[in-house]
Amino acid sequence: MDYLDRLEAEAIHILREVAGQFERPALLFSGGKDSIALTRLAEKAFRPGKFPFPLVHIDTGHNFQEIIDYRDKLAASLGEKLIVRKVEDTIRERGLREPGGKFPSRNPLQTYTLLDVIEEFEFDACIGGARRDEEKARAKERIFSVRDDFGQWDPKRQRPELWNIYNGRIQKGENVRVFPISNWTELDVWNYIQREKIELPEIYFSHERQCVVLPSGQLLGLSEHLNLDDTDEIVSRRVRFRTVGDSTCTAAVESDAHSIDDIIQDLLLAKVSERGATRLDDNLSETGMEDRKRNGYF
Amino acid sequence: MDILRFITCGSVDDGKSTLIGRLLYDSDSVSLDVLATLEKKRTATNGDSVDLALLTDGLKAEREQGITIDVAHKYFTTPRRKFIITDAPGHVQYTRNMVTGASNADLAIVLVDARQGVIEQTRRHTLLASLLGIRHFVLAVNKLDLVGYDEAIFTKIVADYQAIAEQLKLASVVAIPLSALHGDNIVRRSKHIPWYDGPSLLEHLESVPVAADANPSEPRFQVQYVIRPQTEELPDYRGYAGRIQSGTYHAGDKVRIWPSGLETVLETIEVNQQAVASAAAPQGVILRLRDDIDISRGDTIVPFNAHPAVVRELEATLCWMDERPLRAGRKLLVQHHSAVVKAAVTTILQKTNIETFESVGTDEAKLNDIVRVRLKTALPLVADDYLNNRDTGAFILVDDQTGATLAAGLITTTDPEYFTQEVPVEATFSI
Repeated sequence: MDYLDRLEAEAIHILREVAGQFERPALLFSGGKDSIALTRLAEKAFRPGKFPFPLVHIDTGHNFQEIIDYRDKLAASLGEKLIVRKVEDTIRERGLREPGGKFPSRNPLQTYTLLDVIEEFEFDACIGGARRDEEKARAKERIFSVRDDFGQWDPKRQRPELWNIYNGRIQKGENVRVFPISNWTELDVWNYIQREKIELPEIYFSHERQCVVLPSGQLLGLSEHLNLDDTDEIVSRRVRFRTVGDSTCTAAVESDAHSIDDIIQDLLLAKVSERGATRLDDNLSETGMEDRKRNGYF
Repeated sequence: MDILRFITCGSVDDGKSTLIGRLLYDSDSVSLDVLATLEKKRTATNGDSVDLALLTDGLKAEREQGITIDVAHKYFTTPRRKFIITDAPGHVQYTRNMVTGASNADLAIVLVDARQGVIEQTRRHTLLASLLGIRHFVLAVNKLDLVGYDEAIFTKIVADYQAIAEQLKLASVVAIPLSALHGDNIVRRSKHIPWYDGPSLLEHLESVPVAADANPSEPRFQVQYVIRPQTEELPDYRGYAGRIQSGTYHAGDKVRIWPSGLETVLETIEVNQQAVASAAAPQGVILRLRDDIDISRGDTIVPFNAHPAVVRELEATLCWMDERPLRAGRKLLVQHHSAVVKAAVTTILQKTNIETFESVGTDEAKLNDIVRVRLKTALPLVADDYLNNRDTGAFILVDDQTGATLAAGLITTTDPEYFTQEVPVEATFSI
């Protein structure tokens, strides 16, 4: 068996464990390549049956339109249920403060919407496309990761996770975050997308886009959500996105890659990590991700 | 290309995290932005060199204390192999996290500080790794720079470790003298160690054969999930989804369902909605059977001529992982992959002394103890000895109230005749 077959078999096994162990699981779907790969894995795990979980999208309202279009099209073609909950609604209902500044990322606010939707549907397991190679705090997380009543992760009290035996027993109010592609790297995901001939949102391929040049040199796609001032330099560049997320804190990379082959070539030569190249919010502090995960962030 | 999963173990401050950092750094597997963060840290602390340990110690508490608390997974690829590194903590307090890492590894790198030599943690971790079925060991004698790259010191440590290897009957041990801090013999061979003519650590990791090792041929398949679309097109479809744990399955074979013992024929094997003639471990498949039999999650489907043990009593080695000690009589849950059954620990037979590897009688298991116990289960388990099948010979114990994982279990005996005999009192170590 090739290594991709092994990773695929591991992920399918994990998805089926979720189906076997939980009453109300959900698959958190962002419209990015990792969660798109997850839906393909779910097809392999459960077809010809239906998915034993809905797709849940926590919509920051800061998405690129291509992602939203793709999301709706994919859910329809899969014939699976899609639940969308908007961060905007949470902000209004809970009287939260909109982030300020030039780049008002709603990433931290997603946590409130996520915890609300978990409570609303009483989800006992949430499947996500996080990978351990993304970030150092993620590298520490179990495949079945138990969260308390408040959605909090306590890295010091993680359950031992032995062999491929996953313990999903929880108390009322707790839930489990499940990461079937924990052991995949960014390159593995691209190789899988190529092998499986999976269609992706256009945003992943090279296109001309108006961008703001940040002091770091990173390029941020122009959007109505940015609060720019006169001194900001707007340029037109050929870019693509390595990862999709809140458009106010996810940078684009300059690229001429038009196909998955091109992207894989790009990646083999890349000297900068996925998050380093694209995320603005992880750089705020050294333990940014750990702190957010402790509070229930996905 | 294949995958090698390996674990690093050894005591606190033996330099495990530095070793992994060095492996990643010297094989060009660290991104520029991550390096830049390390550089920033160096400037802040006026350090002389970049602290490579920070590549793996990702938690706040780990950075504060300068030790590894929990398992980190790192990934890198060379033209010859893909690697999954499990960086396990060395601290005794976090032994359960070390066991977590070892349970999925093919190879263990045991680090020894050249100044300290073989110590209790070396023995403890080698014992645990061998107990968990790891066959390949690398004795990495680290910090040789601090002892003047002295060959005699290396030779002495190798000889001491050889005694452990013999006691535990380790199949394959390769000793490599190195300095993780300076990169001696990690990726490239070292000029400082001319007396050593073996491979560098990476050369060894790239070439050690492992895939075929733990692959028993007796077929095992446990049902994870029953697929019943109940749609207009497929009103009667019933498929048993699961993972082939070992061996090969062929469509058309006569099969038995355990623990019921019912017989039928394996009509089709489906992979990704395609019927295939055969499939092998570790593939995920859907099996469809000729007869409509009552089968649910946790049941095992095997060919007619395969004979797993179907038992309600078994003997096992436990790595106890809970703060509350285990005493005989305790009721709990056995989770044997997708089968979960109520069980009771009937007898605690003996405990292994980590220092001497000898077994002594005991009536309780404390945190991090390794004990042999007898278990009775409320329903039959379809199982194998761990030595014969690393997949179906493993289970975990779970607290039925809190859901906590209490222990890693390795089945040592399923032979029913054995349980009619007196409890054996053995003075020697056996796994």
